[in-house]
Amino acid sequence: MTELRKRGGGGGDPDSSDKEADLDDRLGTDGECDGDSKADTPDVPLSTADTDNTPQYLNKALEGLPPRWKNYWIRGVLSIAMISGFFLIIYMGPIALILIVMTVQIKCFQEIITIGYRVYHSYELPWFRTLSWYFLICVNYFFYGETLADYFGALVQREEPLQFLSRYHRFISFALYLAGFCMFVLSLVKKHYRLQFYMFAWTHVTLLIVVTQSHLVIQNLFEGKIWFIVPISIVICNDIMAYLFGFFFGRTPLIKLSPKKTWEGFIGGYFATVVFGFILAYLLSQCQYFVCPVGFNSETNSFTVECEPSEIFLMQEYTLPAALQNILTWKTVNLYPFQIHSIFLSSFGSLIGPFGGFFASGFKRAFKIKDFANTIPGHGGIMDRFDCQYLMATFTHVYIASFIRGPNPSKVLQQLLMLQPIQQLGVFHTLHSHLRERGMLPPAAAPQAE
Amino acid sequence: MTELRHRGAEAPIQTQPSEDKGSDSELRLEKDGASDGEWRNWWVRGILTLAMISFFFLIIYLGPIVLMMIVLFVQIKCFQEIITIGYSVYHSYHLPWFRTLSWYFLLCVNYFFYGETVTDCFFTLVQREEPLRILSKYHRFISFALYLTGFCMFVLSLVKKHYRLQFYMFGWTHVTLLIVVTQSHFIIHNLFEGMIWFIVPISCVICNDIMAYMFGFFFGRTPLIKLSPKKTWEGFIGGLFSTIVFGIMLSYVMSGWRYFVCPVEFNNDSNRFQVDCEPSELFQLQDYTLPSFLESFTGWTTVRLYPFQIHSIALSSFASIMGPFGGFFASGFKRAFKIKDFANTIPGHGGIMDRFDCQYLMATFVNVYIASFIRGPNPSKVIQQLLALRIDQQLHIFNSLKAHLTEKGFLPALEDVMA
Repeated sequence: MTELRKRGGGGGDPDSSDKEADLDDRLGTDGECDGDSKADTPDVPLSTADTDNTPQYLNKALEGLPPRWKNYWIRGVLSIAMISGFFLIIYMGPIALILIVMTVQIKCFQEIITIGYRVYHSYELPWFRTLSWYFLICVNYFFYGETLADYFGALVQREEPLQFLSRYHRFISFALYLAGFCMFVLSLVKKHYRLQFYMFAWTHVTLLIVVTQSHLVIQNLFEGKIWFIVPISIVICNDIMAYLFGFFFGRTPLIKLSPKKTWEGFIGGYFATVVFGFILAYLLSQCQYFVCPVGFNSETNSFTVECEPSEIFLMQEYTLPAALQNILTWKTVNLYPFQIHSIFLSSFGSLIGPFGGFFASGFKRAFKIKDFANTIPGHGGIMDRFDCQYLMATFTHVYIASFIRGPNPSKVLQQLLMLQPIQQLGVFHTLHSHLRERGMLPPAAAPQAE
Repeated sequence: MTELRHRGAEAPIQTQPSEDKGSDSELRLEKDGASDGEWRNWWVRGILTLAMISFFFLIIYLGPIVLMMIVLFVQIKCFQEIITIGYSVYHSYHLPWFRTLSWYFLLCVNYFFYGETVTDCFFTLVQREEPLRILSKYHRFISFALYLTGFCMFVLSLVKKHYRLQFYMFGWTHVTLLIVVTQSHFIIHNLFEGMIWFIVPISCVICNDIMAYMFGFFFGRTPLIKLSPKKTWEGFIGGLFSTIVFGIMLSYVMSGWRYFVCPVEFNNDSNRFQVDCEPSELFQLQDYTLPSFLESFTGWTTVRLYPFQIHSIALSSFASIMGPFGGFFASGFKRAFKIKDFANTIPGHGGIMDRFDCQYLMATFVNVYIASFIRGPNPSKVIQQLLALRIDQQLHIFNSLKAHLTEKGFLPALEDVMA
């Protein structure tokens, strides 16, 4: 969630006040010729994001308007463009979505690493860019390999090289990571130890944040596109609604960290988002395209989204509590259970999601940058758009794991097939007696295929 | 891997692979006196080394629970050492929330990892007790909520003039957690596979430490890496070979004992840990035909080995070749932040981190090695997951499994299965 940054007009940005933090970077120098102590000091050069460099054609088109309106226009147009882009990629299907998520992840990683480089003047250490990108590739390989092995189990078993890669996946990933680690150790240069360790840590924290979250987004996607669309839409809606409510009714400031946020915007955004999530969940729960887990059809080698919708996507009747009954004069209401879940998702997106935005604001103040980058005119970088999404993706994943689904059946089958035959027999007998108890199998004679 | 640090005297003998800080001025500050100081230092280090090794034997004897607690204690101490360094680097003492937040994050992450381990290993016990069952079912959610609370506290605690400091400490805490907690979690996992998977790797690293030092002391001549000028190639290679030999002998001795070889299991009836089982074929003697050149060399045609001894060669090699990189990393870290030792906990040896810097990579490697080459999934865990599925999914899996087993010939084609 970002507040409007007025590029043209003044805006009383209280960024300039934390000069002091810089003094802490200076440690007493001693005989060690480690030039880092100077390099740590803190005059972060002005980021290019601070200057106004909207594309020329937009400038021309909006020549006649005063700067403030020009800014609104640009932001408005870009917002609509991004939302349309969102709809387009949903239409295009799972592969496109995965590719988009990967692109966003790579861009976010690049933005944060670039900030780190600037802060630490690391440009003259060429190994660093290579090592950072190498670690990104390693961690992505590990995560995507795990995901692929789970979901494309049948395909993987078929192809011999893939089977080998999948069986020793952890070992290969670890070996790749170790190679990067050793390269780092070998690349330590006498005068730049501290810089290098900082960049190493910076890279790892960035990977922790960016890559794990994008991995969770992909896993949510495989549960069903609705688990991808609804959380992201909720965060976008909260962004826009909180801004609108703040614009029209805003009075009491919310937190010192972001002085433009107001309580009115916060609460208004909360209620508006809950309603929006409720309605969106209703609309989407009807389409199998959104509701079904993304499966991979081994025969046609394509993704399928066809299934029997699970019971959270089947209309059920709920008895209203007495209080609501008086107000609405309805006794029962037909809802999808998913709509109840969407209330929780919306609440999280509105109440806790902003903390991700505050974190990013604090980060930008700490490192004296206005925006993460300048990728989107009027909006800043990709990270600026996605800073609230991160917590949301993790929450959705944890929510699904805890309250919605059990373990993934194909994964369990995979593990079964990896056991020793004797163990498989043992499991078979246990399962057999369990199913017989539950009445799923006839007590005598051969079990029929269902 | 740590080499001897001479606190008393400046390091006179070039062949000793002890650490050099780049300038001897710091060492000189601690000089006690003449060569007396040097011998006293040797004595102190020697005695402490023997004390630590005896302590190691003692805790092995005491059993799995004690081992787990020791690992937890070491982890907490390492975390504290690294955080203290971070504090002193960033002069964060006047931000009281930090210590609290860092320790809170440590608690959260530990709760998450130990909760997962406990759920796996003590499954039946957990299912029996009602509060434990709820905690286990919603474990991820509870852990995440706890972490989020810490995250929100961090955001709310951001103070105007100290943003950068606070972000640095946040990053520092998280990287430390990533290193320290995940590794200790791997160690516990290895332990549950069988105490031998805990003892042999740690012993290999300790042996490599000592042997590399000895070889370097007696034969050391060519320096190994600029980062640690006292390490030598002779020490490195000599350490590699002697560690491999040591590993083979140690695994031979240990593979004969059930106490070490069996996975640690929790007995629900007696509510205790037990280590009783049928040793897997890794730990049963087998005949290996020697390749011809070794045959002519030793005059034997076959040799009886435990397969585990072959694995121990891989473990020893890793400890000798990669373990030192962990030590170089720690040396670089200490130079970057201009500290001599992580802390002063063990006289003559520095802090706990100094002792354990090489162990970390080893623990991860052993865990990955076991997962990739040794064991498959745990059958009881698979059953757990099966029972958590929906009934129609269970039926589907049942049929697939039946088809698979019938194909392989483990089930008679005519179904007549009784338990």
